[in-house]
Amino acid sequence: MRPIPILFAAFAVAWIAPAAAALNVFATVPEWGALAKELGGENVTVYTATNALQDPHHVEARPSLIARARGADLVVATGAELEVGWLPLVLQQAGNPKVQPGKPGNFEAAAFVPMLGKPTRLDRAEGDVHPAGDPHIQTDPRNIARVAAPLAARLAELDPANAAAYQARYKQFAERWNAALAKWERQAAPLRGAAVVVQHKAFTYLIAWLGMREVAALEPKPGLEPTASHLASVLETLQRQPAKMVLRAAYQGDRASQWVAERAKINAVALPFTVGGDEEAKDLFSLFDDTIQRLLKGVA
Amino acid sequence: MSRFIRMPSALALALLLPPHAWAASDADLDEIRAQIRELKSSYEARIQALEQRLKDAEAKAATPIAVAPAPSSSPASSISAFNPAVSVVLQGRYANLSQDPASFAIHGFAPGGEVGPGRRGFSLGESELVLNANVDDRFAGNLIVSLSPENTVSVEEAYGIFIGAPFGLVPKFGRFFSGIGYLNEQHQHVWDFVDAPLAYQAFLGGQYANDGVQLKWVAPLDHFFELGAEAGSGDNFPGGPRNRNGIGSGAVYVHTGGDIGTSHSWRAGLSYLRTRDPERNEEAGRLSIADFVWKWAPSGNARQTSFKVQGEYFTNTVSYAAGQSGWYVQGVYQFMPAWRVGARYDRLSPGSGDFSSSFNPERRTAMIDWTPSEFSRVRLQFAQSKTLPDVTDNQWFVQYVLSLGAHGAHKY
Repeated sequence: MRPIPILFAAFAVAWIAPAAAALNVFATVPEWGALAKELGGENVTVYTATNALQDPHHVEARPSLIARARGADLVVATGAELEVGWLPLVLQQAGNPKVQPGKPGNFEAAAFVPMLGKPTRLDRAEGDVHPAGDPHIQTDPRNIARVAAPLAARLAELDPANAAAYQARYKQFAERWNAALAKWERQAAPLRGAAVVVQHKAFTYLIAWLGMREVAALEPKPGLEPTASHLASVLETLQRQPAKMVLRAAYQGDRASQWVAERAKINAVALPFTVGGDEEAKDLFSLFDDTIQRLLKGVA
Repeated sequence: MSRFIRMPSALALALLLPPHAWAASDADLDEIRAQIRELKSSYEARIQALEQRLKDAEAKAATPIAVAPAPSSSPASSISAFNPAVSVVLQGRYANLSQDPASFAIHGFAPGGEVGPGRRGFSLGESELVLNANVDDRFAGNLIVSLSPENTVSVEEAYGIFIGAPFGLVPKFGRFFSGIGYLNEQHQHVWDFVDAPLAYQAFLGGQYANDGVQLKWVAPLDHFFELGAEAGSGDNFPGGPRNRNGIGSGAVYVHTGGDIGTSHSWRAGLSYLRTRDPERNEEAGRLSIADFVWKWAPSGNARQTSFKVQGEYFTNTVSYAAGQSGWYVQGVYQFMPAWRVGARYDRLSPGSGDFSSSFNPERRTAMIDWTPSEFSRVRLQFAQSKTLPDVTDNQWFVQYVLSLGAHGAHKY
């Protein structure tokens, strides 16, 4: 054989092979990246745009994100305006028609979950409010299950050759998840009715799932930094309505919650919030194992 | 369409599961099934509602305007449902300048456009009205109208983007800020300082916008690599208004960038802009720009602290201006949530076109700003500007920028 056809063939293989191999999934936040890995296994290559130590509201449309969105077959986002500050721009600049909103390659998890925390007053004077409701849906494991079914169906739709594999993996995942869910609910029984203070209103779903009570938030309005005067009023509230602990997500600074915890003599608890939020939260299962353990320590 | 396809497959998946596999949690399975059923029906209902709305809207558009609109049950919501995203930027400032801004000039340069420190005392900045939406499944549109403090209206940007283009192409057409350099594409209200770098003022008259077409291509790599080309009327400085067929200005550029670990990200680019002088029909500018920006935030979380440094170098190699060059470098440090400090240094070289002296215009700038939320910012800035020999202008600015309406996304 002459070298030119060989070279040509090599190029052709190099060009086609990656497209034929795995489905490229671009997940905006770690929980959907982890879920896509659970459901896709080796049939998907997952890129996660943010890590657990980043505030998902404040991500920049970095060049690396544009490059990854360019090659994505499926963008898995939370939706409900969580990524409104960067994802539309990334998609617009990526030149990838497959993943534009409305296309099968664009998946928004919040569409499959009953939303909580819809603002009663839609006004920026109320802070960084989300009209569709609280977008931090991943803090309730039942929501993960709600998203898993349509996500597995979407993977199968985009990659029909492996549809059976996605269905099998989904089935396996759903079984394990339901067993784990029963375990978590059993373990979390002592948390029922526990009063908590949150730093950012990010735990609406977790609190609703475990039957806890949110007494106050350290942020005067969602997304705004805690102020001294507001923290003082939180302390006053705590005198009337004592709480067990102050919750914050791993990506948030600990100063405000430590300040309140010291004065109110309650525990400050940092929750992993998503996969990778701490050493223990390595995947979706250990995320909730760890969350429950930390909460139990907080009320002890 | 996709929803019709996706819902039955989701259902099928859910129903395929054998019941015995769920021994521990039949109730949960039933719950999920019920939810999926509920979802399906709610989607169908929503789509039907949307189709009905569309029909209503079409019917409305087709019928001629009646003398008096008859009140009906819910006409407003069905018409306004397709309204574009609207946002408004309000700006204003107070300036205390030690030199008369009317005598502002940059030694060795004769820029057009909006240059100089602006007027003294209180003044309103540009108020911007931004409208954008998807046009249909192929196009997206964006209009930015600028209302000047002198009560004039100008179209700052008005462009369409072809969003359905294949092969990583992003075609844009209309009036838009050129993709050359780093700062050029960014709107004035997101700048880190009150005014543009001197190099932008001297070489581009502040910011370069053009009426024309742009084509960007993003390479299919994990690493960001983008090529762009533009052709336009070239009406704006460094070109001039022309009455001719063909292309008045052309630009090409390349951008690349990426992350280093989770805490660092960067972008760098090279650009080339060529404009023609409409009167003499010869080259007016042959501008090359090198730009870079590097950002740092611990673990990529810019909420607490972050640092950004950027710089650009300009050089004009057209014959009459050979050797003209300029650069700036600036750093902005967010030392605690909502508070940032920044410093900038500007320098220009008039090049061989200037035989009179070896004076190089320069400026030193410092600023501090407070950003209580994503939508508001108040800034204090001081600059010592030496754009003419033996003249020093000490400039103080207090500026506010308020954004209201739809939540916009900001470029990197």
